[in-house]
Amino acid sequence: MTEPASSLTSNVAPFDAGAPVTAAAFLGPVPALALGDGSVLLVAKGVEKRIAAHADGAVLVAARAGRSLVTGGDDGRVMRIAADGGLEEIAREKGKWIDALATREDGAIAWSAGKEVRARDAKGEIKSFAAPSTARGLAFLPKGYRIAIAHYNGATLWFPNAAAPPDKLEWKGSHLDVAASPDGRFLLTSMQENALHAWRLADKKDLRLAGYPAKTRSLSWSHDGHWLATSGADAAIIWPFKDKEGPMNKAPLECGVRKAKVTSVAFHPNALVLAQGYEDGWLLLCRVPDGAEILVRGQTDKAAAISALAWDESGRRLLFGTAEGEAGLLDMPA
Amino acid sequence: MPDEKIPVTVLTGYLGAGKTTLLNRILSEDHGRKFAVIVNEFGEIGIDNDLVIGADEEVFEMNNGCICCTVRGDLIRIVEGLLKRKGKFDAIIVETTGLADPAPVAQTFFVDADVQGAARLDAVVTVADAKWLAERLKDAPEAKNQIAFADVILLNKIDLVSPAEAAEVEARIRAINPYAKLHKTVNCAVPLDAVLARNAFDLDRILEIEPAFLEVEEAHDHAHHDHEHAHHDHDHHDHGHHEHVHETHGLKHYHDEDMQSVALSIDGDVDPDKFMPWLNDYIQKEGASILRSKGILALKGEPRRFVFQGVHMILDGDLQREWREGETRTSRIVFIGRNLKEDEISKGFLACAA
Repeated sequence: MTEPASSLTSNVAPFDAGAPVTAAAFLGPVPALALGDGSVLLVAKGVEKRIAAHADGAVLVAARAGRSLVTGGDDGRVMRIAADGGLEEIAREKGKWIDALATREDGAIAWSAGKEVRARDAKGEIKSFAAPSTARGLAFLPKGYRIAIAHYNGATLWFPNAAAPPDKLEWKGSHLDVAASPDGRFLLTSMQENALHAWRLADKKDLRLAGYPAKTRSLSWSHDGHWLATSGADAAIIWPFKDKEGPMNKAPLECGVRKAKVTSVAFHPNALVLAQGYEDGWLLLCRVPDGAEILVRGQTDKAAAISALAWDESGRRLLFGTAEGEAGLLDMPA
Repeated sequence: MPDEKIPVTVLTGYLGAGKTTLLNRILSEDHGRKFAVIVNEFGEIGIDNDLVIGADEEVFEMNNGCICCTVRGDLIRIVEGLLKRKGKFDAIIVETTGLADPAPVAQTFFVDADVQGAARLDAVVTVADAKWLAERLKDAPEAKNQIAFADVILLNKIDLVSPAEAAEVEARIRAINPYAKLHKTVNCAVPLDAVLARNAFDLDRILEIEPAFLEVEEAHDHAHHDHEHAHHDHDHHDHGHHEHVHETHGLKHYHDEDMQSVALSIDGDVDPDKFMPWLNDYIQKEGASILRSKGILALKGEPRRFVFQGVHMILDGDLQREWREGETRTSRIVFIGRNLKEDEISKGFLACAA
């Protein structure tokens, strides 16, 4: 009759996304997937709606901003898709790819194409900044209208509305994704060399979070800001950030150790539960810090990597997508 | 899981040699395949239905303690992006600027795990200007690099030079790289299979193309000379690295001052416990000056052939098919590089004989 308590596989409704999944988000109640064929798939009350956001292109990056999804494509356009399917062009960078994108709840958007970084505030005013080299990652800092830019040999903190020169954080190497801790004390980047780099912003003290067998391309903060979950190893690697010193001289937790690499992580919005997807399509929920596991998705024919994960606001539903265009929606039992 | 890795062809060539001509030819002549083309400048390519992506040639050093291990960061980013629209193209062509060193491009496909998992380097194709190459080899180290690195060389604009000049420039090329496939062309007119699907970096393929591998086109005497060198003691081999020209079969043979190839062979097995450490150590020590390396070896007690190929300090080696019955077990290596220490390489390799 019922599945064992350690499995939620029967609570997953699988569906076909139709193209590799770049990103997942809930626009209010509406699950949304950004896809490699340039479209955005909205599933409102079980009815699928495909929005051709980047006709004849691919969605390279996407992020949720309030109740809309912002996408950046290899057609050089930044688009905003509302939950009802409404489509709005935010910007067009002719002949370029949108490499990185960041959004804020109030509707502010930042994007980059090559070295060019642009910030558009909630009112629509756009400011530009040239990074020292190609911007690979962007993130809004939690305090103030300030943007972190990851690039070669470090990161730059830019105030789009201030005349002050940008603040430079230096560390040799190629920095990819960037994320700020929710309390604004730390800035982290993932690096080409299978490691994370962190700066404590108060004194620019360097922290190196190394030991990964692969690049870390997915980062997720716990709702209380005390933990940072990361992909790139045969388990989710979860670093403690509660203390003043952050993870300095502390070992991370490992959740869901398997013989496959974790490719995507997403913390539950109000519990210490981590959703973690693997390169072979498996998906687990792990409770931090005791590491109890629940299976959401196991063996599949395609065994394609989980490429996107998103919880809804209440944490009742989990949306996922794979690199081969499969998708599914987990409804947590009441 | 990616079912098949996407082949990547790297197009190099000094300014004005005809890279864009070749690129346009590939794109317009091919009807079955769809290419993603990574270029450094837009505008010269007149094809709409292919994916053309502008690159920035951002070269950076890997923080892995290997000084010559440079990669193209922009390529990593672009390949990552292309994978998000998988299925829309079958092959990637990377066009480099005329002054680019091909090594960072090639190394990108071996160093970055994500790129390596999705794409494979097929060949480095160098377009050379028959009229001006000889001059460029004297004054432009980039041009020499591109020739030394090549798997396929198009000696283009051959109609603009006399047969004597053509022979001269060919001899200059062969002094640097006797192993590349060389095609004399007008307007880069070559069959597509001469430049695409070469599998030049594929260890399996190195066996299949074996008759061409290590074979020195129209320069057998020179190869023989190297071969002998490996078998003799070094006391009477003191010719060093002076420019020397000798005529054989009416074809001039040059010795390039700073870029050479060294081919060595042992009639029989090598001791893997000696050869593997020697190869690894030597490549670590001298990898900055060794552009390309290849070898097929008979390891003592191993029924299969050991094959390797390398780009600077990055080596890729594996055991391949068994030695056939009646096939002579021999061990051969080739290095192409700058100021190679031939005596040192020879001594080190010969000491590995089983």
